[in-house]
This record gives sequence, structure tokens and C-alpha cells, in this order.
Amino acid sequence: MKKWLEPLSTAWVGVRTHKLRSALTMLGIVIGVAAVITLMSIGRGATAAILANIESMGSNLITIGPGASVGFGGVRSAGGSAQTLTQEDAEAIAEQIPYIAAVSPSYSSRLQLVAGGENMNSQVTGVTPEYWEVLNLELANGAFFSDYDYQCGAKVAVLGSNVKETLFGDADPIGQQMRMGSTIVRVIGVLESKGTSMMGLSDDAVIIPLTALQQTVAQRTAQGERVVSSIALPVSDEGQADYVAEEITELLRSRHQLGPGVDDDFRITSMEEIASAISEVSGTMTLFLGAIAAISLLVGGIGVMNIMLVSVLERTREIGIRKALGARERDIWGQFLIEAVFLTFAGGIIGVILGYVASHLVASIGQMTTVVSADIVILAVSVSVGIGLFFGFYPAWQASRLNPIEALRYE
Amino acid sequence: MIKLRDITKVYPMGKRELTVLRGINLHIEQGEMVAIMGPSGSGKTTLLNLTGCLDIPTSGNYYLEGRKVSHLSSGELAGIRGEKIGFVFQTFNLLPRLSALANVELGMRYAGGVDRQRAVAALTKVGLSDRANHRPTELSGGEQQRVAIARAVVKNPPLLLADEPTGNLDSRSGDEIISMLTTLHAEQGITLVIITHDADIAHHCQRIIHLKDGQVEREEKV
Repeated sequence: MKKWLEPLSTAWVGVRTHKLRSALTMLGIVIGVAAVITLMSIGRGATAAILANIESMGSNLITIGPGASVGFGGVRSAGGSAQTLTQEDAEAIAEQIPYIAAVSPSYSSRLQLVAGGENMNSQVTGVTPEYWEVLNLELANGAFFSDYDYQCGAKVAVLGSNVKETLFGDADPIGQQMRMGSTIVRVIGVLESKGTSMMGLSDDAVIIPLTALQQTVAQRTAQGERVVSSIALPVSDEGQADYVAEEITELLRSRHQLGPGVDDDFRITSMEEIASAISEVSGTMTLFLGAIAAISLLVGGIGVMNIMLVSVLERTREIGIRKALGARERDIWGQFLIEAVFLTFAGGIIGVILGYVASHLVASIGQMTTVVSADIVILAVSVSVGIGLFFGFYPAWQASRLNPIEALRYE
Repeated sequence: MIKLRDITKVYPMGKRELTVLRGINLHIEQGEMVAIMGPSGSGKTTLLNLTGCLDIPTSGNYYLEGRKVSHLSSGELAGIRGEKIGFVFQTFNLLPRLSALANVELGMRYAGGVDRQRAVAALTKVGLSDRANHRPTELSGGEQQRVAIARAVVKNPPLLLADEPTGNLDSRSGDEIISMLTTLHAEQGITLVIITHDADIAHHCQRIIHLKDGQVEREEKV
């Protein structure tokens, strides 16, 4: 037998001769590693799903919303409550700012919808024809309104899938009339269901031409400009997003006549910012999940130490015999350390396999996205080896320090 | 081979001290076969442990093959045990979960490396080649002690120390073990030190050292 293999085979004999004990020791590590792999894969999967969702809306999208309104005495209301953003702002941006593919102002208002015997409250958004392409919307059936519809303020609506479901059930809503606030509108299309969306339109939304909404509920500023609640604009060159944001800030500040030192009365957010904020948050969540799982790994490690201490005590005589035969402290130390690392390494490998299977089960049963990435697998296995080294160290050291005479006398 | 000069060994027993060896002077030639006798508590086993480099003396000097070993570190002592000394114990001290052959191989594990053929040869020499794969629990006491002897001599140590090797055996097995040790001594010129209570066994040796109260009471040529 090769000389370097001997300590390994000694450790293997030690593991094999106490099968049940070894298996139970490993179990702690197996569960710990499997938990880490599964929870981290769920966390990573959630992050990936959210980012994919944002990606689908276009990562080059910039959104401008109104800032917080400052009332009398400087009392600041929540962001978005001011009515400072106007359609004229949007037109100015379209004319003066470079690198912008389209400008899509919109105005949202909550209105009561009634059709047949059903009714519901919904977010009604008035949009321009560009909105369609800017947000990558897809229709389940029917059509989007045309430029002509927009120009003449046609009272036509495109429904989110939930709205259609609630108001019309299984019936075909296209061409049907419904009441929206105090106006009667005709349904011309139904949006594809997007599932729960962090951003943009939910399945509960209704879209109508901005001109139509302005006739009924939209307001005007003191200067007579038409108020909008947000402006979405895709940047044609992603590299210029920062430049575009700066230019818009400058333009809007001058249009809104904000002197130096006055806060912006609008807020510019890019999708990229949102994406990075979200991935930061969900990354923290993932780490948190991993940390909880790591606790069980730690408990498993303590189990390893416990068993190794028992094992050292039980094999005191064996240690004495080995020492009498010429084993040095490092031989004994190595033997027990290798045994501990062997247990945790094997436990780690089994845990990875189990975690992999578990995360696939979660994905198929729980309908969640899970991502098992190589770095987590490597991390989990190396942590379990590290646990073997750490928690095996003391028992192995204790074994190596035994006095051979006393060890031989031990009953 | 073995030279002991004014060896004392004192064990701390709580606040008091227990003096086990009080100035032992001893000289054992290469190739000698020596018995150590004495009543219990006379320090026989302590003397054997010191001679076997399992322990170091409290004071005095121990020269093994001319090298002073009485102040070596535990690691250096382990090296000497592996290389130069074979032990045979009263209680055999085989590893219960290993086969007879694996136990013999263990004798080489910390002394240059395992050689399966030499292990088989050593087992054959003690007449147990057909029991190579038996566990110690499946062997009789005499057979276990023969495995232990094979384990002790498989690495060809110059010194073999036996602490009451027949103490746990019936007289017939005991006789077998003694004749085996005598043969080893005669054929391989191994230096042999045996602790025994049995005067018959002692008289197989060339010299008997009588210990009493941690001192050499007298030496007797056979």
C-alpha cells in the first residue's frame, strides 16, 4: 500500500467499523448543507425571477415621477403626490433631449368599473400610443387603440386580465360597453397576464387613451398645462442613461422655474437603479436565509465534535497501542482529524445532492424559480470540510496528547 | 544494548509523591535474554516502560545502543519505539476490529511502512497463517498472544520487551509462547527482556534480575 494512503485507510476503517455512529454524525452535516443549498437556491431563484421581470420591461427605461409636494409651512407629503409633471414637460423632453427613443406620459386614477352586474375598483391609466411599445405590452386578444383613437380621445379601453376576469368572466369582452367612473367606454382589447409584477402595470389595470382620461378626470396646473402622473422613456443608447437623466433634470428644473438651492419637484428613476436596488435587497434576503441554514450546519459541526470526543475516549486503548508501536503525536492527530474531515466531507457531498434534489422539488411543487449555483455548492462543501477541521481539531489533539502508559492501562 | 544509570522514577500523587524506582543501575548486553522478577509494586512494569521508551525517568540516564535517550521528546521516543522496540503485553492489546493480519501490519505502520508479505511471513512464523483473516475475538488467548508476538517482531526490532506474556494464558499456551520467544532469541539474536512471576519461565533466561522496593535486590545467573 502507498504510504500516503495509510492514514486514509486507517480513517476509513475507523468510519466503517462504527457505521451507525458515522451515519448519524454525517446526518447533521447532510441536513445543514442540504438546507443551505435549498434555501440559497430559493433566494437566488427569486432574485433571478425579479430581475428577469424587470429585464422584460426593458432595462433601458427611465421613469420620471412627480416629487413630494411642499405645502404651507414646508410640510412635505409623500413622493408622487405633487401635480408638477405635465404633458408639456413630456413634449419638451421629446423635442430637446437626445438619445430618447420615445416619450410616454401617463396619468393614473382609481375609478370604479361597472359592467353587467359586476363592479370593481381599478387603477385606470391614460396613456399615449407610444406606451404600448415602451412597456413591451402584449395583448391576449383584441387590439390596442390607434393614433386616431388617441387624437380624438376615443372612449376605448384595454383591460388587464384580472379586470376582464372579474367583470366579464369567460365571456368575450371585446366590443362590450362598461362604465368607468361616470363615462361609458368600449372594450377593445385584453392584456396578456403577466403574473404579479413589481413594476409597471398589474393585471388589475385598465388602459385608455390619455386624451380620453383628460376629458374626464385629469387636472391642469395653474399655468394650464395638463398634469400627468408619470413619464416613461426608453433611452436609445443605454450608455447615455446618466447623461439623459442629467439633461432631463436641467430641462425640467428650468421649465418648473426652480431656482438654485430648491429641491427637484420630480424624481427620475432608471430601471437599472431599481434592478440593482432590488437585487441588493434580495441578495441580503438570500444571505439571511443562508445564515439560518448555516446555523444547522454549525449544530452539525458540534455533533461531529461530540462524537469525535466520545470516539477518542472509547479508543483510548487503541491510541495507547498505536503509540507503543511507534505512532507519533502527529500520526494520532492526523488519524482522528482525517476521520472527522472524511465524515463532514462525505456529509457535505450527500448534502449537496440532497439539497439539489430538494430545490428541484421546491421548483416543481412550489412553482418557484430555484437556482443552484456552483459557488454555493463549492462554498457548502468547503465549509463542511472546514467544520470537520475545526471541530475535529480539539478531539484529535486530545487523542494525540494521551500518555501511552495510561492509555494502555485504560479499561 | 541497555545501560541504566541511577534511574529513579517518582510519580506525583496529589500532594505526596510516590517513588517507584530508587536508583536502578542495570546493564543488558546485545542478544541477552533477561528475566525481571519481583513482588507486585516492586517497579517491574515501570522499569519496563522506561526501558521501552514509553516514559522518561525522573532522574538518571538511560543509554539505548549507546545513545542517551532519557531526555528525548515524546516524538523522538515514539520514533525509537517504532524502530527499535517490540512490545508483548499480558493482555495482548490487539485491536479488536482488525483482522490478525491487519494487526500484524499495524506493527509496521509507524516503522517504515506496511509490507503485506512480511506480515504474512511473520504470521506464518508463529503458526497462524491460516488465521490471517480472523478477528482477535475469534482466536484463543494463546493464538492472540502469538499474533501479538508477530506484530512485535515483524519490523525486526533489536529489542523485545514482554510484560508477563503468559500471565493470562493456561500453562500449555504459556509454554508455547515461551518456546516461541526462546526460538526468536536463539535464531534472530534479539535482545529479550521478560517480566514474569513464574520461576520456570525465568530459568529459560540467561540472567534473572530481582527487584524489590524499586531497587535491584540481586542478580542471578542461570
